[in-house]
Amino acid sequence: MTHVTHPSPGAARPRLVVIGNGMAGIRAVEDLLDRAPGLYDITVFGAEPRVNYNRIMLSPLLAGEKSFADIVLNDRDWYAANGITLHAGDPVVRIDRLGRRVVARSGLAVPYDRLIIATGSSPIVIPIPGATLPGVVTFRDVDDVDAMLAASARGGSAVVIGGGLLGLEAAVGLKARGMEVTVLHLAGHVMERQLDASAGHLLAEELRRRGLTVLTGADTAAILGNDRVTGVRLRDGTELAADIVVMAVGIRPDARLAADAGLDVERGVVVDDHMTTSDPAIFAVGECVQHRGQCYGLVQPLFEMAKVLGARLSGVETAGYVGSVTSTKLKVTGVDVFSAGDFSGGPGTEDIVFRDAGRGVYKRVVLDGGRVKGAVLYGDTADGAWYFQLLKAGEDVSARRDTLLFGQAFAAAGAGTGNPTDAVAALPDEAEICGCNGVCKGTIVQAITTRGLTTLDEVKAHTKAAGSCGSCAGLVEGLLAHTLGGAYEAAAVTPLCKCTDHDHDSVRRLIKSQGLKSIPAVMQALEWKTADGCASCRPALNFYLLAAWPGEYVDHAASRFVNERVHANIQKDGTYSVVPRMWGGLTNAKELRAIADVVDKFAIPTVKVTGGQRIDLLGIRKEDLPAVWADLNAAGMVSGHAYGKSLRTVKTCVGSEWCRFGTQAAMSIGIDLERLTWGSWTPHKFKMAVSGCPRNCAEAAIKDFGVVATDGGFDLYVGGNGGIKVRACDLLTKVTTEAEVHEYVGAFMQLYREEARYLERTAPWIERVGLDFVKTRIVDDAANRAALNARFLESQRHSQSDPWAEQTQKHAASFKTLATVE
Amino acid sequence: MDQIITWTDVGPLADIPPQGARTVAHPQGRIAVFRTVDDQVFALRDACPHKGGPLSEGIVHGRSVTCPLHNWVIDLGTGAAQGPDEGCTGTIPVRIEDGRVFLGLVPWAGGGSGGGCAHG
Repeated sequence: MTHVTHPSPGAARPRLVVIGNGMAGIRAVEDLLDRAPGLYDITVFGAEPRVNYNRIMLSPLLAGEKSFADIVLNDRDWYAANGITLHAGDPVVRIDRLGRRVVARSGLAVPYDRLIIATGSSPIVIPIPGATLPGVVTFRDVDDVDAMLAASARGGSAVVIGGGLLGLEAAVGLKARGMEVTVLHLAGHVMERQLDASAGHLLAEELRRRGLTVLTGADTAAILGNDRVTGVRLRDGTELAADIVVMAVGIRPDARLAADAGLDVERGVVVDDHMTTSDPAIFAVGECVQHRGQCYGLVQPLFEMAKVLGARLSGVETAGYVGSVTSTKLKVTGVDVFSAGDFSGGPGTEDIVFRDAGRGVYKRVVLDGGRVKGAVLYGDTADGAWYFQLLKAGEDVSARRDTLLFGQAFAAAGAGTGNPTDAVAALPDEAEICGCNGVCKGTIVQAITTRGLTTLDEVKAHTKAAGSCGSCAGLVEGLLAHTLGGAYEAAAVTPLCKCTDHDHDSVRRLIKSQGLKSIPAVMQALEWKTADGCASCRPALNFYLLAAWPGEYVDHAASRFVNERVHANIQKDGTYSVVPRMWGGLTNAKELRAIADVVDKFAIPTVKVTGGQRIDLLGIRKEDLPAVWADLNAAGMVSGHAYGKSLRTVKTCVGSEWCRFGTQAAMSIGIDLERLTWGSWTPHKFKMAVSGCPRNCAEAAIKDFGVVATDGGFDLYVGGNGGIKVRACDLLTKVTTEAEVHEYVGAFMQLYREEARYLERTAPWIERVGLDFVKTRIVDDAANRAALNARFLESQRHSQSDPWAEQTQKHAASFKTLATVE
Repeated sequence: MDQIITWTDVGPLADIPPQGARTVAHPQGRIAVFRTVDDQVFALRDACPHKGGPLSEGIVHGRSVTCPLHNWVIDLGTGAAQGPDEGCTGTIPVRIEDGRVFLGLVPWAGGGSGGGCAHG
């Protein structure tokens, strides 16, 4: 500990004591000295044995980009020059309000006339087993950084608990020091308090590219080790080795001294607008403070508070502190992240979203009543300060909302007239329009005028612009409209939904060609206009991803319609119907008995035979579903997928097994086909039938795939529908063996899955593309047929597990109500 | 109108899936507690103003939920139907503390439940 005392020139000056040698307390002193130097006899106590330094520079210190000398704010000469007595390394342990003095750990007692509490905040240590083991550190001060540097010098692996601002900065710093780093984050995406899901996704991807492992939804259960940390265990049982564990889950105001002294303390030390606590001689400033119900953990509010307090102590009346609107930047070299204000949306707010997949840029500005309420920027944060300025000014920006995301330079150029076509018109000729092919505006305009181009496709053909990822198609159309004026009519592209300009076909083509493997990845790369899509696009994207990346893409339950999420069909009263699979429409006494028992046990009101030759149990309460399934599973029955955009049933007649006219064993063929195809996800529901003779009792001519047995083999039919618009099947081909039937079924289902749009049945799909499209790919091209079938079988390897058993075992709790209020 | 609000702990936030919902049984009818992609939490009467469909089973997107029965889109903040549809379901205030969800409930008085619908 060091005590530096400077004799005070005048003895009559009031004594100001500051508890805390950090950024807020010292900034208040600086502001005071600026206004009224020499007014007080000032004494500062600091817990750390060093001068005042810039705490927000701990990350560069850890990363090795700065030294401690670089981040010192006030050296000892400053204290001396201003006549300030500093007790560094000797924390105040008690405030004696009656005696108007503070007592330090060393026993030193210093009287005060005015007291500033600037004790800051303490890192939160989550109370899990092992939290106090050596090797578990927080990320708050220079000592923590020293501990991390010591650990990283030995190499090995680090686990950072907490993927917020501090945690990520610590993680990147440790990685820069050569450690293997895993970030564990409880929420669904990193920095969830500062970033929305889209920006959080981009950030996590960037961190992964830099070699960090980022686990979201990771709940730490315990820190492992006997006399020193050796690893951590997650709630799901996963164990990770670790030579050092950094806890960076958050901070809480350090208000203990104030509370012990009997001052008003809630989450922090309660202050009024002039930073006065419940004792008029005592002030508080910084992270230890609670002002108008709000506690702050960022530097800018602290400085605003310090300014108010500095004025107050110098005797100047100010309007006081009214709270801060904060903005955040992540201090990781090469990663540009900015957020400000409230970007959670809300009633009456509107989102303006800009995504530039080529440059990895995401910008979202939230407007409320025409005013900027919040902003999230990723990849290009140059305009962060401008949006923050607009936000704080509360300026009405509705007139330029359409061009707001082009940024300040654009607005300053006077181009912000609010019309996107004008916005494109205002771009200089050398502005790059198509990043993929490097085509600039001048080239496109010249092609339009000299070659007489009138459509987007023509521009694509002649200039390559919008020919690759297609994300600049809107800009190119804007150029067409601008160049051709009224002569231009946009091509009729039907967007998938209002969240995007892409249609179904382009979305699924780009998912494959760009290797997009998650819904956030698609939304970023294809520049979605909403933050997380809508009830139309999310299920479609989930299906396209599932179809494109079988076994790799993890199904996203929250993007599925309720029926596919709870594996039952919702009814008008909110109850569900359950249909167990009956292979080929066959059942037996054991199954029927089990069904009867379930009906009795759960008082199921309606039991009905379906058109697909099975039994529907209607009116089951959601909370009963897992128990109903468990009983049906116990009797050997599995989900019938009667709720799914998937294989439904294979209807059969009794075939040559019983029928005196039957030519082939329709029942066993049907059972085989159902065993082959169950569990497959398709653009819409898919029904099959097998008839044992041309009398066609199984109605195979109005199914998605129909098999009709003849004396010589099988006629295969496709594209039938018995629904709102009846369509008889087309004859696809004739085959002779059951093996061929299997191959055609697999190939056809795969072609349908890869080509049809989500929620497009086979009948309208074939009407749209033509039967020849199907025949050339399946009938005429044996190699392609085999390849399609192989892809189908590969996909089936990953999807043939009974969802009822899975749900009953893993997710039964989620079917119950969360709580009951009496 | 002075009504005493009782903040009732209905469970941990972690038990509500992101972009999803769970329900709370209440004498005045079921309450749906939603969690958005940004971890915002909202509570509504679990009944669509159209035909009473269970909103808790809808797809949650942005600050809205789409009713699973007939695709009405309901604003989670106001309970109001969006777009051309008209109607509103009651909202219940929500508070998150230490990772737990609290609903601001008024004592059961036999009247209509929830608030938040603009009248007139």
